[in-house]
Amino acid sequence: MAEEKMNSDKMWVTMGPQHPFSHGLWTLRVEVDGEIITDAEPEVGYLHRGWEKECENRTYNKIIPMADRLCYSASMTWSHLFCKVAEEALDIEVPERAQYLRVVADEICRIQSHLMWLAAVGTDVGNLTIFLWALREREFMLDLNVRLCGQRLTTNYPRIGGVRNDMPYYFERDCMRAIERFEKSLWDIIRLTDDSSIFVGRMKGIGYITRKDVANYGITGPAMRGCGVDYDIRRDDPYDAYGEMEFEVPVLKEGDAYSRYMVRIEEMFQSCEIIRQAMKKLESIPKNAPYRLKVPKCIPEGTHMARIEDPRGEGLMYLVSDGTESPYRLKVRSPVFVNVSASKHMVQGVRIADIPAIMAMIDMCLGETDR
Amino acid sequence: MAYESITNFIVNRGYEDLIAMSPYEVYNLPYDIAVKIWESLGGLIAWLINLIFPNNGVSQWLISDPVTNGFAIILMVIVIFAVSFVFCLLMLWEERKVLGRMMDRRGTMVGLKGFLQCLGDGLKTFMKENVVPKAIDKKIYWWGLSLVIGTSVLLACMVPLSNRWFIVDYQAGLLIIFALFALAPFLILCAGWAQNNKYSLIGGLRAAELMISYEIPMLILLAGTVLMAGSFNINDIVAYQEEHIWFVIPQIIGFFTCIVCAVAESERVPFDLSEAEAELVEGWQTEYAGMKWGLIMLGDYFRGYVACALVVFMYLGGWSLPVIGGEDWYLQYFPEIVFLLKVALVFFIFVLARAALPRVRTDQILNVGWKALMPLSVINLAIVILLKVTGVM
Repeated sequence: MAEEKMNSDKMWVTMGPQHPFSHGLWTLRVEVDGEIITDAEPEVGYLHRGWEKECENRTYNKIIPMADRLCYSASMTWSHLFCKVAEEALDIEVPERAQYLRVVADEICRIQSHLMWLAAVGTDVGNLTIFLWALREREFMLDLNVRLCGQRLTTNYPRIGGVRNDMPYYFERDCMRAIERFEKSLWDIIRLTDDSSIFVGRMKGIGYITRKDVANYGITGPAMRGCGVDYDIRRDDPYDAYGEMEFEVPVLKEGDAYSRYMVRIEEMFQSCEIIRQAMKKLESIPKNAPYRLKVPKCIPEGTHMARIEDPRGEGLMYLVSDGTESPYRLKVRSPVFVNVSASKHMVQGVRIADIPAIMAMIDMCLGETDR
Repeated sequence: MAYESITNFIVNRGYEDLIAMSPYEVYNLPYDIAVKIWESLGGLIAWLINLIFPNNGVSQWLISDPVTNGFAIILMVIVIFAVSFVFCLLMLWEERKVLGRMMDRRGTMVGLKGFLQCLGDGLKTFMKENVVPKAIDKKIYWWGLSLVIGTSVLLACMVPLSNRWFIVDYQAGLLIIFALFALAPFLILCAGWAQNNKYSLIGGLRAAELMISYEIPMLILLAGTVLMAGSFNINDIVAYQEEHIWFVIPQIIGFFTCIVCAVAESERVPFDLSEAEAELVEGWQTEYAGMKWGLIMLGDYFRGYVACALVVFMYLGGWSLPVIGGEDWYLQYFPEIVFLLKVALVFFIFVLARAALPRVRTDQILNVGWKALMPLSVINLAIVILLKVTGVM
């Protein structure tokens, strides 16, 4: 009886779909006892566009720009992933130059996606300076995108069997300058975040997940590496030219929001390293080497799978083709959709003020979650 | 210098006297300005009426002493309010410009180096639709709002800019400002509850939670200042600092503690838990739309102004300056301007804190309040007592 009376003091607060913390259309319903959260329930699906079904009515080439729209800030990796699954199906090897170009484009995409995340973290913990500084740096990465692909966000750059175009003139120089500048200014931002005890205090000790939870929920990406699982598809199941790159996979053992934050920051530095190496390799490849193969319009019958290290986790596409110009079925495994299912586990027992800080570490992107 | 409050005046000499003569025995600049305004304005009206109806009684009545004094008191209040209002807009402008530069952008750019943006924003909120939710406690919804704004404006008008620019000179000046300040969390709690919205309820509760963490250290700091100066009267405190030394030097610990408390007192980032927009949408202001929100924001800046003014009164010597403070030309033209400049300087520190720090959590602010601010303020008080007992100060 006494317990029932206690329960009557709890209330459900619906955070979302129009809420400053949700960064998109989704809802986190939380049950609060005062300020402490006792239960939570994520609701996604507000942005469902029928992406997978739409693909079935399009030819393979027309799906590439659609794959860009899966996630606004990681468009490169998603169109890359689609091209990869089509190449698996056709069983072709991409020219070397295209492989390195894809690596460069992917890593630029990863840096700008992580910067978008960092900006969102800034607003979530209530500091606009972090937000604006991160977006300022992101602008340089988007400029690189413009130089390489002619577009800022939805790049439409990879093609089945290569990439759309070769590097423009002086792209190497621009790229190196941008990377050098970025590494310096990232330290500036770190001075605002890691060196501030309030910021670290907001992040540390909340939103714990363990290795067991990672296995149970299927969490991937920086969230997984933040709790001690040493796994990165780029290194452990290399695709394109990643096998020849030397880079470290940042892994931390704590498993709280702060370790996820640290992993992402370190990943940005590693991405710079990868871009440097790939650029060096690109210099040694002759300039007139092919960057794209001619491929047939139709993909032979069968089922094929490809996966890739998206900035948010493991992106996977499963293609069932029936030998025609368009796929019979194209299934997307979105990393955020899986990660957000653990949100109930992560926000249990923390305060309302911690929810934005914890959820920012998932780096929500509703385009790919709801598809 | 003997000052007398209006209430005392009425009690001692009766209402008739108040109308009949100036309530101020010392020189009061806003009153003087108001008398001059009425002399020209009322004189003009009286002259016009006299043109149409020669030798009438109304014209005589308009320029008689009691009427002039009555209107002068009303005009004086308007003058004082106008000055603090414009200064609050200037602070808003200062914040936007400094924040802009900190964030690598330019800040507002509309007219007069961006100052007109403040007026534009005010106008915009006034033109918005006045949305009032249905399922609210109407009485408390409106009373809470108007009292929060009202106390803020009252606070701002209670701040004397110099020993000749004030409405009333209370013997318990600082204490009354503190009392009015401490009223706000209670009103915010009521207003948040009345809105029938979960976010605003949590925001209101947070305001109450926040209050117990900064209010007590702030009062202990006040005790330090008052002990040192020997008076609650702001004039006396400033005069004492002018005579001896600015309290920032003996009470340097208190100064920094007081700045933290003052940021919390005015509910600005990083202590704006009651309106934490990341998790509580807009906190206790969620259901106050349009013009109401604009007025609340204006009230926030009034409170920020008063919080800065408190720091200046308690530690930075008010309107006095060390070397040239006693000169005639300084006393004639500059005390108010110097005081406002000092306030703007303290506000600059507030803005820097806002640019550099993320928002703290409720338990963290309680930790800071009880484990850091409280001991520091007690140490500050001990230093003051030591200085007083040994006779150094």
